[in-house]
Amino acid sequence: MPYIPNTNQEREEMLGEIGAKDFQDLFGNIPADIRLKRALDIEGGLTEQDLDERIKEKGSWNRPAAEGSCFLGGGTWDHSWPAVVDQLSGRTEFLTAYTPYQPECSQGTLQCIFEFQSMMAELCGMDVANASMYDGASACAEALLLATSTTRRKRVVVSKGLHPDARATIQTYLRYQNIEVVEAPLRNGVTDWNGSVDSQTAAVLVQQPNFLGNVEALDPVAASCQETGALAVASINPIALGLLRSPGHAGFDIVVGEGQPLGIPMGYGGPHFGFFATRQKFVRKIPGRLVGATLDQEGRKAYTLTFQTREQHIRREKATSNICTNNALMALRGCIHLAALGPKGLEEIACVSRQRALQLAEELSSVDGIELAWPDRPFFNEVAFRAAGGNPAVAQFKTTLAQNGIQAVLPMSRWYEDMEGVFTLACTERTRSKDIKRLCDQAQNTFRLEVSL
Amino acid sequence: MNLDIVHLLIEDSVPGRRCVRTSGADRKAAIAGLPQAEVREQAPALPELSEMDIVRHFTRLSQKNFAISTQFYPLGSCTMKYNPALHESIAGRSHWNGLHPWQDDGEVQGALSLMWELQNDLAEATGLPGVTLHPAAGAHGELTALMILRAYLDGRGETKRRVILIPDSAHGTNPASCTLAGFKVLTIQSSKRGLLDREDLRAHLGSDTAGLMITNPNTLGLFEENIREICDAVHEAGGKVYMDGANFNAIMGVTRPGDFGVDMMHLNLHKSFSTPHGGGGPGSGPICVTEELRPYLPNPRVVEEENGYRLIEDSEASIGRLRAFHGNFGVLLRAWAYIRRLGAKGLLRVAENAVLNANYLRIKLREHWRVPYDRTCTHEFVARPKKTMRENGIHTIDIAKRLIERGYHPPTVYFPLVVNEAIMIEPTETESKATLDAFAQTMIEIAQEAEAGNSALHAAPKNMPVSRVDEARAVKEPILTWATK
Repeated sequence: MPYIPNTNQEREEMLGEIGAKDFQDLFGNIPADIRLKRALDIEGGLTEQDLDERIKEKGSWNRPAAEGSCFLGGGTWDHSWPAVVDQLSGRTEFLTAYTPYQPECSQGTLQCIFEFQSMMAELCGMDVANASMYDGASACAEALLLATSTTRRKRVVVSKGLHPDARATIQTYLRYQNIEVVEAPLRNGVTDWNGSVDSQTAAVLVQQPNFLGNVEALDPVAASCQETGALAVASINPIALGLLRSPGHAGFDIVVGEGQPLGIPMGYGGPHFGFFATRQKFVRKIPGRLVGATLDQEGRKAYTLTFQTREQHIRREKATSNICTNNALMALRGCIHLAALGPKGLEEIACVSRQRALQLAEELSSVDGIELAWPDRPFFNEVAFRAAGGNPAVAQFKTTLAQNGIQAVLPMSRWYEDMEGVFTLACTERTRSKDIKRLCDQAQNTFRLEVSL
Repeated sequence: MNLDIVHLLIEDSVPGRRCVRTSGADRKAAIAGLPQAEVREQAPALPELSEMDIVRHFTRLSQKNFAISTQFYPLGSCTMKYNPALHESIAGRSHWNGLHPWQDDGEVQGALSLMWELQNDLAEATGLPGVTLHPAAGAHGELTALMILRAYLDGRGETKRRVILIPDSAHGTNPASCTLAGFKVLTIQSSKRGLLDREDLRAHLGSDTAGLMITNPNTLGLFEENIREICDAVHEAGGKVYMDGANFNAIMGVTRPGDFGVDMMHLNLHKSFSTPHGGGGPGSGPICVTEELRPYLPNPRVVEEENGYRLIEDSEASIGRLRAFHGNFGVLLRAWAYIRRLGAKGLLRVAENAVLNANYLRIKLREHWRVPYDRTCTHEFVARPKKTMRENGIHTIDIAKRLIERGYHPPTVYFPLVVNEAIMIEPTETESKATLDAFAQTMIEIAQEAEAGNSALHAAPKNMPVSRVDEARAVKEPILTWATK
């Protein structure tokens, strides 16, 4: 049997030592009336070679966006990463290790997490960052839980420009804590906070850049939080921070986000990782694992999991969160990728992504039937357009592009009723001028037909 | 084990050194049109390194780890089984990891068919027909299930049912998840036989009972023999039974939770279904529920239709989302591959051999260590130092550290809480008799050292990159980043 090393003879010997007649006997403590009297109806028994063929066949039913040209964004982007990320994170000493609860034989994983925490905190302009979260959406929900428990207030304000899955996740996480979630509407492509933040507000959450791709103004959020005592929370694209200022610099209290752009394959949406960074004063409220530096018995520098009294395995029902397993290996990829980028490399990727988006904005908006949805709004690497032909035109455009190996067009009307005909396209450093040209040529064809009809 | 000091990345940083370069960057062009207030003035202080610097750094750090690929890892309740090489190779292919989550269903039929098959296989293995692959880890699955229970109870107007009963031997995530789902926790005692105390359970069941969270086999490695009666009692009181599936490895193909009265459970694909732990994740914690609870499952789900597979969000009763997108697909892919390699017969062999290996170790160690519940166990068992050892000042922590010194990852220690100084041993089915024999021999030698009060045990481990670490200092003088002064 695959992966089971003991031979029949060894099994017999072991059963003999235990004093069991056979496996039926060994399972004697499971009452007979609840034992399964038949084999499970589960297909299997494939050899490695057969399985490889099967998986190749199934794989051929997919049309991976990363293999053609990909203009899809909306929380997952088609960035590149250097080969060292795969090579080093694939080392089985990292891959097959458990959570580093035993520090002496886990210094490798622990130091990596410490370095990850250091770089994420620096990037976000915060004092501390944790070892990772499941993803950006659940990190948003946990940030709001921290804010409500710290401020003892029961109301949070969330921008409608936050990723729709993150907004849905927040609704689910906060529902049974009796916390009111107020969604601040979008006006002209950015959040309209007008009047939504008051002295009962625990937190204000803004996404930078927002789901439409537009850059939000951080200062007014920080200012209204300062005034009312609410915590200012930002969900950010970490690559954008190569160009945009950190929320920490703007006076925010918590910075979370989706780490996928930092060297994680798109992978049909997961596993990616979430990050969670905040001020030192909230360290005892942070969800999830934290690594700290300390000394060993000989006075040597050593790393260990710390502030574990926040966590479920110690505090049980009084823990700050129920999170246990996080997304450590994905965070390790992020750690290696950030080290490989360095300050200059990060800035270059951010610049090129933005430059390509500028080019796309200019060229596509010159096609008849398509315009920039919010021409005055600055964006980072994702741009919102509006098709004169409305949602049917958008759907047609998407299909045509997919048929030509271009994965693109995220229709915003799926989440925003008032955004008929609006769609976004994203660029990264992988986007080539010729990809943009091909996309615009397809647009010419599609919308010319549209106009002539 | 690499004993050399590995500098922090930032310590090796040299201004101007580069690794990744991207051509065509023009900062001036890029910031044109951006509001000046939102543009970063100073680049973040990330390390500046060459590719070689990075390769040496992380390779050396990897050599400061124990891992399944290097060491026996008998970590109770964590099921540290072998992670097949093939799975990593498959998951790295662009046909899978190059899929964007917003691609139309028609573009990702391979991925959806695989998720569909996995849903069906997990339903068959658990006897619970409603499956979601959405949760990112076991604790996330628990939370999902408890929210389903809340939605179900609220939908029936049963707003007084807010108490979840949890045995004292349960994992810490159980009560923590209850709090997050807005339930109160009541602890049920274990009986003298290490099972859920049925009288204590009955005494606490009532009109406020929302349900019971039970781990079966439990964390003592014992199968809850009265599980059907327990489930019936909870149902009669109007509650539902949740099973923590962390220990599913012991019963795959042997018995099905859905058949013995469980209403919902989670599975840890990173335990029972061989996906790697990655130093703390990513995991995947699908949950399986009865037909009655199926409408409450989170969005989205995969369905099979005439023209192929589709992701749907059609149930009005659904609790919604607890994360972005469609689950940890890369983990699902590996678990699917594992199931197809093993099939029904293989999964049964897994359970048999996991239980065989655990009992074999128990028999080997029972005379040398105290085994408080010394009868046939499932996939794991709990031992503890003998009284004479403790009188010598030798505690479980010393045993764990001595094991590290001897080249073994320690078992889970000081858990479950119901056994003082617990040493929880789970060998898994992927270890050979030879490995078990060698481990048993080492444990016997350590027992002799402990009986003799050998002070070397307090000093262990001496051959690791660091000796025992000062955890109190880490809290008193927190240094959580390299920027901390």
